[in-house]
Amino acid sequence: MTQVQTYKGDALTLEQGWHLPDRGTVGIAFLIVTDSALFTIFVVAYLVYIGKSLNGPMPKDVLDLPIVATICLLSSSITVVFAEHALKKGHLGAFKLWWIATIALGLEFLTATGVEWHKLIYKDHLTIRTNLFGTTYYSLVGLHASHVIVGMVFLLLVMGVTFAGFPIQTQFRRVRFLSWYWHFVDAVWVVVFTVVYVVGR
Amino acid sequence: MASLNYPLEHPPPKEEEFSFSETLYQWVATVDHKRLGLMYIVTALLFLVIAGLMASVMRLQLAFPNNHVVGPETFNRLFTMHGTTMVFLVGMPFVAGLSNYLVPLMIGARDMAFPRLNAFGYWIFLFGGLLLYFSYIGGGGLSGHGSAPDVGWFAYAPLTSKAFSRGASTDFWILGILVAGIGSVASALNVIVTTICMRCPGMTLTRMPMFVWVMLIDSWLIIIALPPLTAAQVMLLIDRFLGGNFFNTQAGGSAVLWQHFFWIFGHPEVYILIFPAFAILSEVIPIFSRKPLFGRAAMVGAVVAIGFISLGVWAHHMFAVGMTSWSNTFFAASSMLVGIPTGIKIFNWTATMYGGKLRLDTPMLFCCAFLLQFLVAGLTGIMLAVSPFDWQLHDSYFVVGHFHFTLIGGLVFGLFAGMYYWFPKATGKLLCEKLGRWHFWLFVIGFETTFIPMHFLGILGMPRRIYTYAPDRGWDFWNLISSLGVIAQAAAIALFIWNVVDSIRSGEKAGDDPWDGWTLEWATSSPPPEYNFEKLPVVRSSRPLWDLKHPHDPDWKFEQ
Amino acid sequence: MALLQALGAPLPEHRVANIFKPLATPAQSEYYIALLVLAITGAIFVVVAGLIVYTIWRFRRRPGDDAKQEPPQVYGSNQIEVAWTVIPILIVFVLIGVSARVIASVQNASPPPQMLKVTLIGHQWWWEVRYPDYGIITANEIHVPSASATYLELQSADVIHSFWVPQLAGKTDLIPNRTNYSWIDPREPGIYFGNCAEYCGTQHANMLLRVVAQAPDDFKRWAAEQQRPAAGNPAFQSLSCVSCHTIKGTPAKGKFGPDLTHLMSRQTLAAGAIANTPENLRQWVKDPQAAKPGSLMPSLQLTDQELGQVVNYLESLQ
Repeated sequence: MTQVQTYKGDALTLEQGWHLPDRGTVGIAFLIVTDSALFTIFVVAYLVYIGKSLNGPMPKDVLDLPIVATICLLSSSITVVFAEHALKKGHLGAFKLWWIATIALGLEFLTATGVEWHKLIYKDHLTIRTNLFGTTYYSLVGLHASHVIVGMVFLLLVMGVTFAGFPIQTQFRRVRFLSWYWHFVDAVWVVVFTVVYVVGR
Repeated sequence: MASLNYPLEHPPPKEEEFSFSETLYQWVATVDHKRLGLMYIVTALLFLVIAGLMASVMRLQLAFPNNHVVGPETFNRLFTMHGTTMVFLVGMPFVAGLSNYLVPLMIGARDMAFPRLNAFGYWIFLFGGLLLYFSYIGGGGLSGHGSAPDVGWFAYAPLTSKAFSRGASTDFWILGILVAGIGSVASALNVIVTTICMRCPGMTLTRMPMFVWVMLIDSWLIIIALPPLTAAQVMLLIDRFLGGNFFNTQAGGSAVLWQHFFWIFGHPEVYILIFPAFAILSEVIPIFSRKPLFGRAAMVGAVVAIGFISLGVWAHHMFAVGMTSWSNTFFAASSMLVGIPTGIKIFNWTATMYGGKLRLDTPMLFCCAFLLQFLVAGLTGIMLAVSPFDWQLHDSYFVVGHFHFTLIGGLVFGLFAGMYYWFPKATGKLLCEKLGRWHFWLFVIGFETTFIPMHFLGILGMPRRIYTYAPDRGWDFWNLISSLGVIAQAAAIALFIWNVVDSIRSGEKAGDDPWDGWTLEWATSSPPPEYNFEKLPVVRSSRPLWDLKHPHDPDWKFEQ
Repeated sequence: MALLQALGAPLPEHRVANIFKPLATPAQSEYYIALLVLAITGAIFVVVAGLIVYTIWRFRRRPGDDAKQEPPQVYGSNQIEVAWTVIPILIVFVLIGVSARVIASVQNASPPPQMLKVTLIGHQWWWEVRYPDYGIITANEIHVPSASATYLELQSADVIHSFWVPQLAGKTDLIPNRTNYSWIDPREPGIYFGNCAEYCGTQHANMLLRVVAQAPDDFKRWAAEQQRPAAGNPAFQSLSCVSCHTIKGTPAKGKFGPDLTHLMSRQTLAAGAIANTPENLRQWVKDPQAAKPGSLMPSLQLTDQELGQVVNYLESLQ
């Protein structure tokens, strides 16, 4: 008690309270930083090798703009925000709805990627070993897709426990961290889309 | 309520008897930052001895021309494993171990932000290390080729492609390091979050001990610089296992791209490695000079500048690959610039000592040697940064001399200073000062004898990574001298290990604060209780114990 | 030896390749900048180390010192700190400027049209040397005319190697799928020694270089000799040596190993690993792994008679 009183005149006094940022927030923020560093290298490799493949198929021959998939994935960032708001206000029904919408949109994206890859492999004969384009394309898009899958696993986990009756609103903080991760994954897709389907074609 | 009374009133430690299996379980299942920190450090010391033995064999082979101690395959594995072990299995765990042990104590917290992540980091690092060494058994793969990796610690493509590295040895290198790297990132994340979110009341960022500042920037570097290595290693795995073409020159891929990616990691990595020594010096030198660190703000600024600039110098490892003159000039310039904040640190440490009352005990002796040796290392670094000079010195024994001066003359000497300084805190016993002095002098003599001649060998045209040499090249004499230095170094390390073991058993009791320190770790018992502090401290300056010991002359009256 | 006979006077050998004894222009400009850098860093060392040593000596605690009395607590000094930031910055700017100039002069030197062009191709663990203008392919020894410049094109057939003959020039890497350039102009005739300077696998240590600089007339004579095809030998051609080695003028057209057309004109075998003597040649052909373990030349398990025939034939390839 005495110590606090002697610090009255100090600029950063304890009377104003000692508030430091939340651990989880800072943790997720720096996780995103480190993950961005990982993606950057794969993006750089993709950019460096644009136009350098010695044989086809070439990007413009085989890549179609994945418009629908992109709209779905980016919309899922919006639905997840709605879900978050609903949860904060305690509207469990709305939360479940928006959460399922997010999962569905994410699943659509993954399915569309799978369909695209099926076409590339079986119809266009582009595999990871075909040429530089194949190697860098599957690596970069695959790295992103794997991050989507990880996000999906956690989204499904949250959905699972919610439907099993767990009071998910007590874990609002963690649901918010997951939604930030999901926004990160979507932001990365914007970059990947630009590099692969716009610049690279 | 938080308060700090000095000297501490606390109940005497309880004497508890645990069976062997209970003790083992406690250590294996622990999430306590102090135990994990010690586990990191002990494991690192074990790997240091192993890699040191490898170096001794190499020096034996090179002591005479056309020697037959080991053949080329064995020698090439030795230098690969020596380098890889020292960087990833000695240096990195020291970073993690020191920050995990000391940061919570120094910021007045009870543990790290994520204790279970901490434990995960240690065990995955250990697994990665064991995976790397398993290559001795499993590296043959299905074809029977290979054993431990033999591609050098930076594993240039296309030597690492399936065509030129058959068998699984390179894969063990990739996977062992990749896995251990995950542990490093986890540990670094933990340090960042702990430092930002768990400082005790009153400890603003400016009042944080220099040690914590340096380890914070170090952790920033880790989370930014490790992913490029992971990415490059994943790319190499894709090449080796899935037929990818990242570094396949036959398909138009670029061998130089591996070098870029590796060194974008590799250069910040060497700063990651040296930062603990910087951190230790900034704690030990003030205490043993009885003066505060000279120019704290500049020291923080210098560390931040070094961290930042170090991300932009990587291609000075690539001056010989045929980059344009613009690139060469840019990287020469940035590499020389990074020497400026480093020099500032040396000046500030010296200025801290100037006008002080120097207690030349073992920790301080190691610091003094660091200053002179790191000065030499920094200056040979400037020589290497000047690309035309580097075109002669690159990939020669001059570089080997340079980086051993930074890593042993700098990092290892700093680590010894830290270990002698904090050993009493961690164990409650003092290390024997007499043995410490013997350790110091033997190590200095051995170190200089081995590594100064390497600079001459580089000047005489001796390249790196050769398992033997002909007698008519003028390299005989200095190679022999260099090899002789190993004897004194080995004796020094043996003395140190004996000192540690003997002092734990029957060393003099240290008490809470044997060195008359000023930071919070000295305000609790030695060793600290599991909860660190009975009551969480409240601080008003960067030297809370100085304030308590000098109530008429506290720091907060003078610091900004 | 054939080399001596072809050249007349023996060439001085520079086995100790001291970078501070430059004998060609690139090495010379690197030497000058090295001297400047050494002078600057030497001065810095003397000053700073002197200060450190002085500080330790002057302020060490002496017996009889009052341990309780703490010295004046100085926190810093803006003037001093600015000074020791600005001065290093100035020194660094000088060094950057000088470096930029030397980098440009060595790297951007455009080759005069009549310069001799040599293509060097790195293999595990030997050097392929081609003279496109003369139609010569040889190995491990690079003959050049002294007192004029030779332009080197550097390529690799497998992994990364590095061309380093310290007294002639700084090193430049040989990288697959990439062509690098270097140039040398040895002032005096002589044999200049060097090594591969980028770890390239098992026998990196035995991938040695010799640059043989000859007076211009001697060089022309050497080149004319090298252009001569060799006579064939049915016994040799029946063995699988021909699948790896080329001997000009015979059906042996293998590309994996060094060209053997004028094997006896070289001082060494196996890229400098062993001297080129009859006994060594016999041992090498019989069991390459003994002299250079890990070498990619297999032992062909020849009978003594076959071995004798092969060695005799090889010794005729002057």
